[in-house]
Amino acid sequence: MSQQVKRRANTKMVPLQSDAIVPERDINKAPVLEARHLGIEFGGLKAVDDFNLTIGKTEIAGLIGPNGAGKTTVFNLITKVYEPTMGAVLINGRDTHGMNIVQASKLGIARTFQNIRLFDQMTVEENVRIGLHNQIKYNMFTGMLRLPAYWKQEKKQHDRALELLHIFDMEKLADEQAGSLPYGAQRRLEIVRALATNPSLLLLDEPAAGMNPHETEELMENIAKIRDQFQIAILLIEHDMSLVMGVCEGICVLNFGKIIAKGTADEIQANPVVIEAYLGKKKEGQA
Amino acid sequence: MTKAKRNRLIYNIVTYALVIAAFLILQSMIANKTITRSLKGQLVPICCWIVMAVSLNLVIGISGELSLGHAGFMSIGAYTGAVVSGWLLNAFAVENTLLRLVLAIIAGGVMAGILGALIGIPVLRLRGDYLAIVTLAFGEIIRSLVNVLYIGVSDGRLRFSFLTKDMPEGTVMLVDGAKGAVKIKPISTFTVGFVLILITLFVVLNLINSRAGCAIKATRDNRIAAESMGIPVTKYKMIAFTTAAALAGMAGALYGLNSSTVVPTQFTFNQSINVLVFVVLGGLGNVLGSVISATLLTVLPEVLRAFSDYRMLAYAIVLILVMIFTNNPLIRSFVNRLFSPIKRLFRKNKQGGDIA
Repeated sequence: MSQQVKRRANTKMVPLQSDAIVPERDINKAPVLEARHLGIEFGGLKAVDDFNLTIGKTEIAGLIGPNGAGKTTVFNLITKVYEPTMGAVLINGRDTHGMNIVQASKLGIARTFQNIRLFDQMTVEENVRIGLHNQIKYNMFTGMLRLPAYWKQEKKQHDRALELLHIFDMEKLADEQAGSLPYGAQRRLEIVRALATNPSLLLLDEPAAGMNPHETEELMENIAKIRDQFQIAILLIEHDMSLVMGVCEGICVLNFGKIIAKGTADEIQANPVVIEAYLGKKKEGQA
Repeated sequence: MTKAKRNRLIYNIVTYALVIAAFLILQSMIANKTITRSLKGQLVPICCWIVMAVSLNLVIGISGELSLGHAGFMSIGAYTGAVVSGWLLNAFAVENTLLRLVLAIIAGGVMAGILGALIGIPVLRLRGDYLAIVTLAFGEIIRSLVNVLYIGVSDGRLRFSFLTKDMPEGTVMLVDGAKGAVKIKPISTFTVGFVLILITLFVVLNLINSRAGCAIKATRDNRIAAESMGIPVTKYKMIAFTTAAALAGMAGALYGLNSSTVVPTQFTFNQSINVLVFVVLGGLGNVLGSVISATLLTVLPEVLRAFSDYRMLAYAIVLILVMIFTNNPLIRSFVNRLFSPIKRLFRKNKQGGDIA
């Protein structure tokens, strides 16, 4: 799996000036996400400024940067938690201007959160079912009156939920309360829940935070597996460099709200600006 | 069937069974005339308070919003019910009491539901405790408004007047300002109350265990996450709030038609808090708990009438004790240990079949 990823990463790179950070595999492929001159100001502070990024179908991209660089803010802009003060976000070619979180989600964005946001008091299966909310439907009165459609759709939801949980071998936990799961399982459940919404772009906010090296490695394989199985694009924020360098086909480095570098893992690692801003310090600390 | 599903099914069956059993026992007591007069007089109010508690639980326990004006919806139901019943009797000469009662209850529910929706539309879009503030004000506004509301029926049509009593001669007054709804013919029956409880349980339990109910619970647990999963939070909070308001209106109509007068001071802020106490005592999100606590807390004050001076004091102490008991891990584990032999007994019996 990771071999395949590496091979893709080593193909011809688009120039840095372009918005795309992953080498074009299919020139006609419509981008899933386009961020154009995206920016937001909080009372005069430019948290994100002139952020340009294009992600095509089935690409895995990484967003890295020191603490407070504005990575999560970018996620919040893409998912419409914040309305950008500058620029635009296009999802599957559609401008998201003026949309709310729900509308953006229906366009095909799903995300996980840096500090896990599960529905703690509900079971694991119910959490996944929430993700299926707009996929497998029946109306409220069908549910209240228990019409035949209710049973049919409930069965469908149940089967689909277990199918999705199978990605991380979590079917056995289906009846557990989500809040009582161990940390790593909660992170995985968040990914499953996001996948349940049938997205075309999956945003992962520090998926490996709090995981041990073994779990991280497993997660890395799973991310590539998810991409292949669901044919979706993935953008992830991560501090664990082994994961970012291992799985991301293109990497975008953010510092003080601005993009300072874009490229493949090798290019980013060799980029002096990045080393100065981020990797250099990290390497000293680790060595 | 999965474990969670089975637990839920057992819980629902126990809830229904308990209510039906209580009804049958009470009915047989009525038939044998072994029931005390004071308890018999309490039967319909108990039904009303159960419906109130279960419906408020839908707002507080399931959708996670705080509503402090549930008595306001009850009062709307009570007044609407009284007016509709009086109107049907005076204008259309509908003598069938059951028909009048049912129509009054439906009208009360619809009216309260509409007002609930009107309040919910602006308020439920906001985050935080705004609903508590607005519903608190709503309860008081309704109380003040009906104080100066006059509704009468003459020549077969309803006449409304506001602030001043401006009615032609020979009008039969249905709502007479500060005197409240007057000259109501009490037509509520325990059986209708019981059916209303069953309907409430059916609606609330089925709603909780459906796609919409899951979405409502999700908005309670984490609003942002629910939104990013594509769940329209306001819509589902509206569903929960409007349903609860309509049920409260139905309970109000039943309550209003149980006595000969309904006065505005019956539905004060204190009553809303009373219902809130039922819900908290029964457990947030626990429908069966609401049913039991509403029953006990309605019956107890009557039983302890001799100590009525200390009633509020005892009430406060009980509430504090409940909070300590349910939140203290030490006491909780102690209680669990106390009950564990019984639990184990049950588990053995149940699993014996599975293993063999």
